[in-house]
Amino acid sequence: MKDRIKSLREQSMNAQPSLSIERAKLLTDYYQSGAADKASIPVARAQAFKYILENKKICINEGELIIGERGPEPTATPTYPEICTHTLQDFEILNSREKISFSVNDEVKELQSNVITPFWKGRSIRDKIFAAVDPEWIESYNAGLFTEFMEQRAPGHTVGGAHLWTNGMHDFQKEIAESIDNLDFFNDPEALNKKEELNAMAIAAEALILFAGRYSKKAMELAKKETNLKRKKELESIANICKHVPANAPRNMWEALQHYWFIHLGVITELNTWDSYNPGRLDQNLYSLYQQDISNKTHTEDSAKELLQAFWIKFNNQPAPPKVGVTAEESNTYTDFCLINIGGVKEDGSNAVNELSYILLDVIEEMRLLQPSSMVQISRKSPDRFLKRAFDIIKTGYGQPSVFNTDTIIQELTRQGKSIIDARAGGASGCVEAGAFGKEAYILTGYFNIPKVLEITLNNGIDPNTGKLLGLQTGNPVEFTTFEELVVAFTKQMNYFIDIKIKGNNIIERLWAQTLPAPFMSLLTKDCIQNGKDYNDGGARYNSSYIQGVGLGSITDSLAAIKYNIYDNKNVTMQELLNALKSNFKDSKSLREMLIYKTPKFGNDDDYPDDLMKDVFEIYWNAIDGRPNTKGGQHRVNLLPTTVHVYFGRMIGALPDGRMAHEPLSEGVSPVQGADIKGPTAVIKSVAKIDHERTGGTLLNQKFSPKFLDDEKSLEKVAHLVRSYFKMDGHHIQFNVVSVDTLRDAQKHPDKYRNLIVRVAGYSDLFINLGIELQNEIINRTEHMSA
Amino acid sequence: MKIRTGTIFDIKRFAVHDGPGIRTTIFFKGCPLNCWWCHNPESQNPDPETILHPNSGETELIGKSVNISELMDEIRKDIIFYDESGGGVTVSGGEPLMQPEFLVALLNQCTNENINTTIDTTGFSSLKTMKSMLGKLDLFLYDLKFIDDEKHQAYTGVSNKSILTNLKYLDSEKESVIIRIPIIPGVTDTKTNIKSLGTFISSSLQNINKVNILPYNRLGEGKYPRLNRPYRFANQLATPSDKELNRIKNELETYGLGVQIGG
Repeated sequence: MKDRIKSLREQSMNAQPSLSIERAKLLTDYYQSGAADKASIPVARAQAFKYILENKKICINEGELIIGERGPEPTATPTYPEICTHTLQDFEILNSREKISFSVNDEVKELQSNVITPFWKGRSIRDKIFAAVDPEWIESYNAGLFTEFMEQRAPGHTVGGAHLWTNGMHDFQKEIAESIDNLDFFNDPEALNKKEELNAMAIAAEALILFAGRYSKKAMELAKKETNLKRKKELESIANICKHVPANAPRNMWEALQHYWFIHLGVITELNTWDSYNPGRLDQNLYSLYQQDISNKTHTEDSAKELLQAFWIKFNNQPAPPKVGVTAEESNTYTDFCLINIGGVKEDGSNAVNELSYILLDVIEEMRLLQPSSMVQISRKSPDRFLKRAFDIIKTGYGQPSVFNTDTIIQELTRQGKSIIDARAGGASGCVEAGAFGKEAYILTGYFNIPKVLEITLNNGIDPNTGKLLGLQTGNPVEFTTFEELVVAFTKQMNYFIDIKIKGNNIIERLWAQTLPAPFMSLLTKDCIQNGKDYNDGGARYNSSYIQGVGLGSITDSLAAIKYNIYDNKNVTMQELLNALKSNFKDSKSLREMLIYKTPKFGNDDDYPDDLMKDVFEIYWNAIDGRPNTKGGQHRVNLLPTTVHVYFGRMIGALPDGRMAHEPLSEGVSPVQGADIKGPTAVIKSVAKIDHERTGGTLLNQKFSPKFLDDEKSLEKVAHLVRSYFKMDGHHIQFNVVSVDTLRDAQKHPDKYRNLIVRVAGYSDLFINLGIELQNEIINRTEHMSA
Repeated sequence: MKIRTGTIFDIKRFAVHDGPGIRTTIFFKGCPLNCWWCHNPESQNPDPETILHPNSGETELIGKSVNISELMDEIRKDIIFYDESGGGVTVSGGEPLMQPEFLVALLNQCTNENINTTIDTTGFSSLKTMKSMLGKLDLFLYDLKFIDDEKHQAYTGVSNKSILTNLKYLDSEKESVIIRIPIIPGVTDTKTNIKSLGTFISSSLQNINKVNILPYNRLGEGKYPRLNRPYRFANQLATPSDKELNRIKNELETYGLGVQIGG
């Protein structure tokens, strides 16, 4: 690693995230100026975007090759008061909370209470959402049945497509102008709305060019003052690059990375999109320019690597925007989920792994940063040496890259109706979510607490946490004479709560479409320009809304415990079980031991529980898949948790699988922590019984002891394990390679482990940044040792 | 009529040190040897027996009778992994050759179903039993401890005569064999013993050339008190160092053998 990269990396890793009021102030200035009243909503949004980019502070760090920050300096993080207007109490919490804090200074607090809050209170979409949804929605949300992704963050979950790398803003403006020319005011009742939206997109494109121009000017000023001749030349080059991109298509690798970076900053400045934004298939998008630069000797492999490393650091400088309340519970991390895809297949279906794929793996290994996240796409055609190279990095224990099944992703996307070409050009983003890159708005709308539905079923519609009647009165389970009666009741409750969630989604989606369009994101995403429609209003080629199921292992084991012990073997009566759950197994130690140790569990390749898992999957899938959203697309399911399995667990009492009240649920599609006792092949067989191809992503965590992966042969066998899982259509697998002893020691001596990185669920994080419950949950996951 | 049931004490899936690829290892119960260092002491008694649970203090029954069809059901579960990795089934123990008819029936069934088979054996059996294994195994992992019979008897409880005879027989039949030498500090790692092993393998065997040396570990020590049996090396031995293992590896290599540390 070159010295400058080393010091930029240090700067990034050591920066204490702080709140910056800059964006909020500029936005408010614009809206208070009265200009917004004279413009349509999308045009006002675009003008606000432009105003911010024209006036925000420009930051070029010492030695940087790729420039541009979202805030005034690295890790200074803006707020988005039009989405969520923080209270001073929120700021206090953000400033003082133990984990994932943001320092907030007095000036920020003062501006917030004197300027920002008075203007945005009641106007923010968060306020509008909570005012617009049903009381049933509010009650279910408060009870921890589901979360809501769009109450503090903007719909995002999308990835830059290949076309971004071959087009500049001028090209997009030309397309926009053509689309305006083609508007049919005689026959299209939407024509005026489309024109306003397209005008907004043109303004947004212009805004990004102006922003880059400011950077160009600043770089030139710095160059004039610079005494080191080498750096002076570099700054002049940077100034020239920022004159050319993003206005025009990039002509070499350096320009391409800078081009993308301005686009990235544009997206995350316009709104606080979930999963920030994403350069997508980086080894594909950059490959022809890389080859060109190597062949004409603009770059050596080393200098290309340095550029990529400089690019990597930029991501790490942008923590996820501050989250509060339930949103902080479900995604409590600085990581903003930009997931760089490497490998996979080309649009013609052939293997896409190239030299640059390996170079990117080198960069990941050397940088060892939390952001960006990275993954390898493995298809049947991917060479074994590529997977092996990925494992060389995985075994060092930082959780990256995660491993995805390209063939299954393609099946998932085509099943949803995407063209096979669009599917092959896609991949996974965020944690594990499959998408057609550059062409799809695939919006995660919230996590859904599946075991909570069982708890409510077992209590005849009442939430035992509060004593409130929350669900349907499906009958006293003591009177159910067969297990099937319980399943029928559970299905009714599931449909009831999913209906509440989907009704809420359809309201919230409209609020976003009507009040917070995203013209900049729209011009980047196919086919918003052709359709004259906003990204938040169904302008994209594909529009999917996901509800992410959580607790598959916990629900399966709970149902298995009931079926096995109450109905099949009559070891215990329903009344006895309910009493034990109510008392949190106080005085029922032996019953609890039977439930834990003498009852079939998911994750052991045993059809008894695994068939119940399949039943739950069908019930959940049938409740959701294919139901229309308000953007011309459909609702879909995926199965992943981020950190919500801890929060959801806290909202549930004891469960029939022997889990104590308020403990975390199982995460992703992994078995309950410690319930899988037959080794990794059994886990994989069980998990492969999920019909992955009817989801948009599933998340499987496996933990191996570092010793196990120490020898070459075992490593090879874990690679075989992955290939076998993928043969069975598994979607994704990720690995923690860190011993329980290390984790326990890190809890005791956090100072000694400031750099210890672990895999959480779909992302990596510093162990010491995790809450104690999540730390314990990771420790309790089954660790596969030497056989 | 063939015996269709046998006694086993464990089935381990995703076994990665018992032959090529990802394997399912079937642990047969019963062993004619009684090695001081045995890390599976619960494998020795041919009959089911009880062991104390380490935490709860409750007793647990070790060993159960299984028939071929239920064993095959378990084995078939991981076929997809065998296929992907070039793995299969390993019979281990205990000593699988102590239940020869059951073993043959199991191996025949695996061969019928095209599942790769490996045996992890002490080699202690009649020549007739060893002959019945011919053509039924893709690989023998064959333990060799001492050439000196007195030492062998002292530390394992049996003579090594049949072990050496059977090994020569497999060699003459050109069976695929890897010799495994447990490295027990001060016991099997002595200069004389290594020398005699190297000499025997290089001069008495024509085809067999591969040797794995397996470092001693104390993983089994805790099981002895739970079985109410003494551990004769209690607190005496440490795991051999990498340096020590490499010394033995180098020494054996001077006999022209292909030596690998670990299995």
